[in-house]
Amino acid sequence: MTDPVLSIDDLAVTFGTRRGAARAVAGVSWSVDRGETLALVGESGSGKSMSVLAATGLTPRSARVTGSIRLLGEDLLSMDDTRRRRMRGRHIGFVFQDPMTSLNPVLPIGRQVSEACEEHLGMSRGQARDRAVELLDLVGIPSARDRVDAYPHQFSGGMRQRVVIAMALACDPDLLIADEPTTALDVTTQAQIVELVAGLQERLGTAVVWITHDLGVVAGIANRVAVMYGGRIVEHAPVDDLFAHPSHPYTEALLAARPDPAHAGGDLPAIQGSPPSPLDLPPGCAFWPRCPVRGDARCESELPPLSEVRPGHAVRTFYAADRVGGRA
Amino acid sequence: MTADVVGEVTAPVIAELDDLRVWFPAPNGQHVRAVDGVSLQIHGGETLGLVGESGSGKSTTGLALLRLVDPTGGRITVTGEDVTDWSRRRLRSLRRRVAMVFQDPQASLDPRRTVGASVAEPLVVHDLRPDAKARRERVEELLEMVGLRQDLADRHPHELSGGQRQRVGIARALAGEPDLIVLDEPIASLDLSVQAQIMNLLRRLQRDLGLTYLFISHDLAAVEHMSDRVAVMYLGRIVETGVPAQIYREPAHPYTAALLSAVPVADPTVERRRRRVMLSGDIPSPVNPPSGCRFRTRCPAARDACAEKDPSLYEVGEGHRAACLFAVEAVREMGVR
Repeated sequence: MTDPVLSIDDLAVTFGTRRGAARAVAGVSWSVDRGETLALVGESGSGKSMSVLAATGLTPRSARVTGSIRLLGEDLLSMDDTRRRRMRGRHIGFVFQDPMTSLNPVLPIGRQVSEACEEHLGMSRGQARDRAVELLDLVGIPSARDRVDAYPHQFSGGMRQRVVIAMALACDPDLLIADEPTTALDVTTQAQIVELVAGLQERLGTAVVWITHDLGVVAGIANRVAVMYGGRIVEHAPVDDLFAHPSHPYTEALLAARPDPAHAGGDLPAIQGSPPSPLDLPPGCAFWPRCPVRGDARCESELPPLSEVRPGHAVRTFYAADRVGGRA
Repeated sequence: MTADVVGEVTAPVIAELDDLRVWFPAPNGQHVRAVDGVSLQIHGGETLGLVGESGSGKSTTGLALLRLVDPTGGRITVTGEDVTDWSRRRLRSLRRRVAMVFQDPQASLDPRRTVGASVAEPLVVHDLRPDAKARRERVEELLEMVGLRQDLADRHPHELSGGQRQRVGIARALAGEPDLIVLDEPIASLDLSVQAQIMNLLRRLQRDLGLTYLFISHDLAAVEHMSDRVAVMYLGRIVETGVPAQIYREPAHPYTAALLSAVPVADPTVERRRRRVMLSGDIPSPVNPPSGCRFRTRCPAARDACAEKDPSLYEVGEGHRAACLFAVEAVREMGVR
């Protein structure tokens, strides 16, 4: 068996703040294999983005990161900054929500795509430019050769995101990190980008970690899903199993809270309250204050373990036997 | 003017747009035609959903109802009065009749004011509760209506969660007892679990107070859930209107069908089987909209005739209208249904 492309084990990220320690991520473990898509789902403050930033060494300096992170079998936390940056640049491509955070507004798009090819693949400027045209063509920029010298502002939001994907793919990365890449886009553009990434992944065998809050997108792209709440994974399962048998009360509630034509007219089964702040996490299960099931006092004071309820399907609960199939 | 009535709607018309145009100046003497010939009626007690992608003109249409943008052409009628040419002074009374809730409560609330002061502001502006004590009581009542504890009146917006801030925005909109509330993407910046709370709140308030809503959103599922009637916008025009069952189950305009087919469904087995209509390219510039049908440049079922004739809204079923020369037939050809 080959190593996973990226695997993290017992990852924790804490920040020291004036109001005490903020625990953004705790006890998070997952791995992603070649050609596989792992979806990380959660609301704001769930730790889904922070866990991935930490896993790729991109957390702010004030963060304390512990645990183990292995990229292609090598331990990222124990290597020096220069080597880590090189590993990241060579093997990981990033696509963020707002393409303009990744693009330099005063550089032609071709230069931005070719830069990585020069830096990490040792190409000459001419070779890198040809490669940029090839990549822009691959991601569906019409008449790429004529537009390679255009600037980001000359493109629409969807086209900019395509340019960012071309940049991310410049070095044939083993791993693509997509952090809410379609959230700022219209739904018809989102469909184009989702299809583009799925097609590229099939062709190139890239591993993908896709961070999103949209369960519809998850259903379309993921092989496996990790649902996060309050900095921890609360449910982790193959995609079909998660949607067929959501087993954590939070996952169930999230799926139920979406408007569904079958239940039109009535009130939506909303979850009361708001997601917790990383500064103010309850001692036990982070979802306990909002939980419709509310197991018992143990849930309030003690952290439930991640327990396997079906093969490959883990749920953070004390009552694994009761939660199979999601009916408590 | 065509009747825009579904079935036996007898409720009075609260607001009406007739051939509204809102153009903004662009370089070289050209114009951004943000809204370019929109007619609609909003009846008392109903929710009209206005759905479309960015650049479709849905928000500008909402702003026009409060005269927060100036119309280039057409008429705006609110509670029977033509407000198209009202002076600045009279607009104050229009903005009591029509209130607005914005997408981002963080941006629409004054960060230096307490929640109580923000909610009281419409009462002061419209001189509704001149007495300070009565005003204070009304603010407490409004906060209670939107499910906020009264002690939050002394807090500032940054001390509140996103959902609480949006509740404050709704309380503020309710303060003037408006005839119509324009909800512009009221749930778009909220977490999924909080979106459901706000939708439930809006519906409960509508039931209890008999409110009338224009619900503007890009979220098709939310629009379906909230609306009695739906209008789909594309590039400054309404391309299809009807009740949700018609729009969502039997879309007659190719754009509506493509939009619906692009919405991901939270079910992996459905997603794998699904056939999507991929629209090529982006929405064209509203400075130079295509000749004839505005959707024809991206329409998978476009024909030669579509470049010639600009289709108006044709009746395709009772109270169901689509602006397509080949409505229904074109959608069938796309093979999504």
